[in-house]
Amino acid sequence: MNHLAAIQVIIPLLCAPLCMLLRWRTGAWLIATLATWATFGVSLVLARTVILNGAITYDMGGWPAPWGISYHVDILSAFVVLIVSGVAALTLAFAYKSVQREIRPESLRAFYALLLICLAGLLGIALTGDAFNIYVFLEISSLSAYALIGMGQRRRALRAAFQYLIMGTIGATFILIGIGLLYSLTGTLNIQDLASRVEMIPTSTYGNHTLITAFAFLTVGLSLKLALFPLHLWLPNAYTYAPSVVTIFLAATATKVAVYMLLRFSFCILGQRFVFEQLTLGNILLLPSLAAILVASLVAIFQYDIKRMLAYSSIAQIGYMTLGISLNSHAGLSAGILHMFNHALMKGALFMVMGAVAYRTGSVYLSDFRGLGRRMPWTMAAFVFGGLSLMGVPLTAGFISKWILLQATLEAGWWPVTAIILLGSLLAVIYIWRVVETAYFNPRHEIEHGTEEAPLSMLLPMWVLIGANIYFGIDTSIPLHMAERAATILMSGGTL
Amino acid sequence: MNIGAHYNYWVAIFLMMTGFYVVITHGNLIKKLIGLNLFTTSVFILYISLAKVKGGTAPIIAPGIEVYSNPLPHVLILTAIVVGVATTAVGLALVLLIYDRYGTIEEDEIRLKDDSL
Repeated sequence: MNHLAAIQVIIPLLCAPLCMLLRWRTGAWLIATLATWATFGVSLVLARTVILNGAITYDMGGWPAPWGISYHVDILSAFVVLIVSGVAALTLAFAYKSVQREIRPESLRAFYALLLICLAGLLGIALTGDAFNIYVFLEISSLSAYALIGMGQRRRALRAAFQYLIMGTIGATFILIGIGLLYSLTGTLNIQDLASRVEMIPTSTYGNHTLITAFAFLTVGLSLKLALFPLHLWLPNAYTYAPSVVTIFLAATATKVAVYMLLRFSFCILGQRFVFEQLTLGNILLLPSLAAILVASLVAIFQYDIKRMLAYSSIAQIGYMTLGISLNSHAGLSAGILHMFNHALMKGALFMVMGAVAYRTGSVYLSDFRGLGRRMPWTMAAFVFGGLSLMGVPLTAGFISKWILLQATLEAGWWPVTAIILLGSLLAVIYIWRVVETAYFNPRHEIEHGTEEAPLSMLLPMWVLIGANIYFGIDTSIPLHMAERAATILMSGGTL
Repeated sequence: MNIGAHYNYWVAIFLMMTGFYVVITHGNLIKKLIGLNLFTTSVFILYISLAKVKGGTAPIIAPGIEVYSNPLPHVLILTAIVVGVATTAVGLALVLLIYDRYGTIEEDEIRLKDDSL
């Protein structure tokens, strides 16, 4: 029981080379699937333990905290781990056919191995209690993500991967500088240690220069990683040209983990008082978040590649999460954290629809959707429900987080912000409707090339996610409870 | 404050800005990677500089010596160097593949080829 936190990372990390060693291609998929389901199972147990008994601290290799690396799992970590491993498990179930079609057979095993390494990195970020370890896991997940994106069928995937590599490395290096400056100031890398020592730094009227510089580097680096509005340029290309399965996985997990890092660094290490009152992170995040919601949604309306449209919509949705953080209130934080979960559910489902359509028609341009409402009824129905959740229609998961966010803005008295959130939802209605209209009301005019419903192995995980969207839209008690408790922990500086 | 006393930090900043400038301005993908390498290497120097303790020697226990430099940043930077090597390797692999499929590694020409489709 005590080793759960370590096992979580070790399972995918050990199964990755196993995938490579096996000569049998289906075997690679089987191992990867089993590994992800195992991590999902572990994350469920972990979440349960943390909810019932409070945070778990695990010393790697038995070395106590200031010397060794310790894993610290509080409710926020458990929540993020649950999202990441859950999405990974469903993605792998979905992957079998899609990957067979989109990835060259000789690189199949490498593909699954990379996917597992990426998963291990993302889980590691959420679980570790050591600042430098976060950087290492971040690079593990990013490097495998670059390679995965580069495996896309079209040659533009390579360019997208290279662009992401450049921007991702700059972001990660900024984070590295930030961590280095924090270390020079405090002499420790353990997150809890860091927090207590940063708190002891005397604050003059101008603040401590090293601390401010560290904050600046960390914020910019993390914003690059989470694709905050002006720093989002790598995201649309990467999501559009990556293989379908990679897009599903990264869209639902990678940016969420970056948001988690932002929360961890600003609330648990630098401290809410310093970050929000002295350096006004709230104001720094507010404008980019609002710009993301408006501009990215507007741009999404004019996209003809629907995968690209959803990528822009992702940028807008990240705007909602950072907006929740910028409110600097308990309700705002809960909304932001809950939206991480709900966004993973809806974007996972929507990108799975893209994967299924790409599997049957070969591409996902708007014109490919003509008449699909009749030819792929289940897939398009999933798109409709996922789209409803994206807009935030009541009885879907998307509604809950937007509702709490709206309440939080009203609580803060930010009327214009409330209006912008609603406007963003309206824009979502427009871009989702374009696709729905084409699918249901435009007949296929060219010669029909026998498009039929997607295979069951794709429909099943897709509908599990849609089911989750609806279930958590009606009974949201579990994720909401976790998000609220995570927000409480963050507001108190991560000490609970 | 004596500005010259911390010249190693100035070196780090200079290298970092040079690397950053190269990444932004150059269209050749290999040159971009070289710039990226300069950029990350500057951080190594920053970390090593942080480790220096005034009057301290190499962190090896020896009789008569009481002040040592901090060895931890050195260890951290070993990890960061490995990460840098891996990044460069992935980057170069991507450049090779790009050259394979586009026939060029100049960003402008790649963009032209993509747009002309």
